[in-house]
Amino acid sequence: QLKKVKKQKVLLMGKSGSGKSSMRSIIFSNYVAKDTRRLGATIDIDLSHVKFLGNLTLNLWDCGGQEAFMENYLSQQRSHVFSNVGVLIYVFDIKSGEWERDLSTYVNIISALVQYSRDAQVFVLIHKMDLVARNHRETDFEAAVTAVKRKTAEACAIVRRLRLDTTTTDPSSSSSQTTLTSPHQQQQQQQPNSSSETTTTQELDIDVQYFATSIWDQSLYKAWASIIHDLVPNLPIIETQLASLGQAIDADEILLFERTSFLVVSKWTSQEGDNNPYGDRFERMSNILKAWKHTCSSFTGTPRNAEQFSDFEYRMGTSFSMFVTKFTTNTFILVCLPPGEARFNSAKLNVAAARPWFKYLDGPVVQPTGM
Amino acid sequence: MGCMAHTGMNNRSGKSSISSVVFHKLPAAETLYMESTARIQKDSLNSFMEFQVWDFPGQIDIFNNPSYSFDLDAIFGEVGALIWVIDALDDYSDSLNRLNMTAMHLSRSYPHITIEVLVHKIDSLTDDYRSEILKDVELRTLDELSDMGYENMPISFHLTSIYDHSIFEAFSKVIQKLIPRLGQLEAMLTSLCRTCRFEKAYLFDVNTKIYIASDSTPEDTTSYVICSDYVDVIIDLTEVYGSWARSAEWRNRLEGEPFSQPLEEQVGCEWAESVMVLSDSQRPIMLREVDRFLALVAIMKEGSYDKMAQINMNVDVVVKGLTEFFEITRAGEKSRVGLQDMVVGPQN
Ligand SMILES: Nc1nc2c(ncn2[C@@H]2O[C@H](COP(=O)(O)OP(=O)(O)OP(=O)(O)O)[C@@H](O)[C@H]2O)c(=O)[nH]1
Ligand SMILES: Nc1nc2c(ncn2[C@@H]2O[C@H](COP(=O)(O)OP(=O)(O)O)[C@@H](O)[C@H]2O)c(=O)[nH]1
Ligand SMILES: [Mg+2]
Repeated sequence: QLKKVKKQKVLLMGKSGSGKSSMRSIIFSNYVAKDTRRLGATIDIDLSHVKFLGNLTLNLWDCGGQEAFMENYLSQQRSHVFSNVGVLIYVFDIKSGEWERDLSTYVNIISALVQYSRDAQVFVLIHKMDLVARNHRETDFEAAVTAVKRKTAEACAIVRRLRLDTTTTDPSSSSSQTTLTSPHQQQQQQQPNSSSETTTTQELDIDVQYFATSIWDQSLYKAWASIIHDLVPNLPIIETQLASLGQAIDADEILLFERTSFLVVSKWTSQEGDNNPYGDRFERMSNILKAWKHTCSSFTGTPRNAEQFSDFEYRMGTSFSMFVTKFTTNTFILVCLPPGEARFNSAKLNVAAARPWFKYLDGPVVQPTGM
Repeated sequence: MGCMAHTGMNNRSGKSSISSVVFHKLPAAETLYMESTARIQKDSLNSFMEFQVWDFPGQIDIFNNPSYSFDLDAIFGEVGALIWVIDALDDYSDSLNRLNMTAMHLSRSYPHITIEVLVHKIDSLTDDYRSEILKDVELRTLDELSDMGYENMPISFHLTSIYDHSIFEAFSKVIQKLIPRLGQLEAMLTSLCRTCRFEKAYLFDVNTKIYIASDSTPEDTTSYVICSDYVDVIIDLTEVYGSWARSAEWRNRLEGEPFSQPLEEQVGCEWAESVMVLSDSQRPIMLREVDRFLALVAIMKEGSYDKMAQINMNVDVVVKGLTEFFEITRAGEKSRVGLQDMVVGPQN
């Protein structure tokens, strides 16, 4: 069955200057990387509601990362900030000079999250990778991930212990900050507990996905497409219909983009298309089209968030053809096809004809009672 | 007489960066990690005409050098333009003195060489400040040359930065001066614009994003920027979807029912062909590959999308004309770009 409008609370956290507001502005407000140099530090929490595909609203909490704010989130605003969280995006600046300190703040945040929103998904972005020399990127990223993984386990252990030790105490008043200072002690305590309390332990393990990102290349789109991927309502239906469309028009690849962010919402690839050696092509397409949109906006003088181009056709001789076009109210579609004039024209007609199948992408299912 | 030399102190004016960004597609930010040029570098370019780029380190004074003896005729005899790079962020008095001496020397021995002065690294400056510096450089150069009795020298000035399109635009203007029979190319593009009701048409060297000709309407940076970015988009899409080989079964299936034709006959055009409609005004932009190196890019008038079939026919005719033009030109000449402060030119 089709689901109706979904709201998701998304926390963006990480220390000041790590790049949270920059990413948000690029993905959702069509800034280009260069423009982010003008951003000032975020004061307290910058709340925005992003309508995504009409039936999903992202409540983005861009949490200013200066120390005083962070402490406040963890104490006074603790339940306000960490309750009902759907997704936490935690950003680390790979070139931060205070890695240890960043990690211990992370432990505090994760503990608070697990305490109030146990089912939240967590994405850790190791950011500003462009500042690392190319040949060190992989190893530096792996090292960062290993460190963050260890800290994640530590945070879970803390909450676990709080649960076991003090079921009667109000968790927000117990000082989690002080318990953090001795990770060894916690690890030792973890062992005996895990054997006796298997169920609790498992419940408390959180699954974190890690991404290496930079605002200066397409890596940002890869991370954010994964973040929104699991939130999109009715995804299995979209995927099935995209596959039917792809087969019907004999395409090699179809990508469906959300219209403002140009994040890939769904995709379908033929067997032949699977041989494409460019594994990063989905985020590359987002990046290319987003940059193009920006160029068009400078040329036409229309606002960046406005729709900039409609039909985009490209026929590359006997190699391939493709078109990018507005699809439903909230989506653009990219279709890559084998070459051939007749195939191209009929695919365009068929894609236009398929629009109604995807109508529900644009809004909640119409209920007899109204909105 | 100092010509190739820039100034001893002020070496890092940006010559190597310019060459890497324009001719080798290096992202501008990565020039920060480049090493300083310590010797003369020669580079051949894969482009629509044969080009050579020379990069002369600033500290070498080749007109007056005790340790090297340069064969000046070998270098300048074939060169069409000298590009002189001035660092706008630095004190450029010394550089201007050398520029003037060079200009006088060239004017006497190689009067066919045009001098192109790039007032470079202007990215961080305000518009007002940019024009102020440009005026200052122009005045000081021309006044001094005129005091020495050199009037009407073939010298031009450009504001440039590798962080935006200005460097490509400046190079476009330099290269255009070196193209034999440029007027004929421009006339072809102007007539295409008239028959197809195009607003603006450019002929691009795809590898460098230099435009080697445009129609006769006034220059317009915003049109150049969108057309040059269009070339980039097409290059990127081609890399991702067009640069790998499909399987034999794929081809067999496509050439079978229901089309039963070789792919070559199923397509309308063997070269890359693209069109895109701007939403605000319904103005389409089109791109058409001319050959391996060149692409025609044009901004069309509102509502022309419906007439694409007819427009493509006209474009085909012009593309054929362009191909012939370049076959003749290529047979006739080779071009050579030197870069010392950079030297560019066709060889006779
Ligand atoms: N080199 C590089 N710089 C980045 C990247 N992402 C952001 N920046 C720069 O980092 C600076 C700070 O970015 P912001 O987005 O304001 O940081 P923030 O995390 O929102 O900071 P607070 O609001 O204080 O918490 C800006 O100057 C950005 O241009 C990146 O991937 N690479
Ligand atoms: N801000 C700015 N810096 C530039 C520009 N062009 C070059 N640079 C920088 O100037 C420095 C010297 O450049 P280089 O090409 O080595 O100078 P060369 O010695 O004249 O060849 C490098 O750090 C470049 O990144 C520009 O347009 N703007
Ligand atoms: Mg911020």
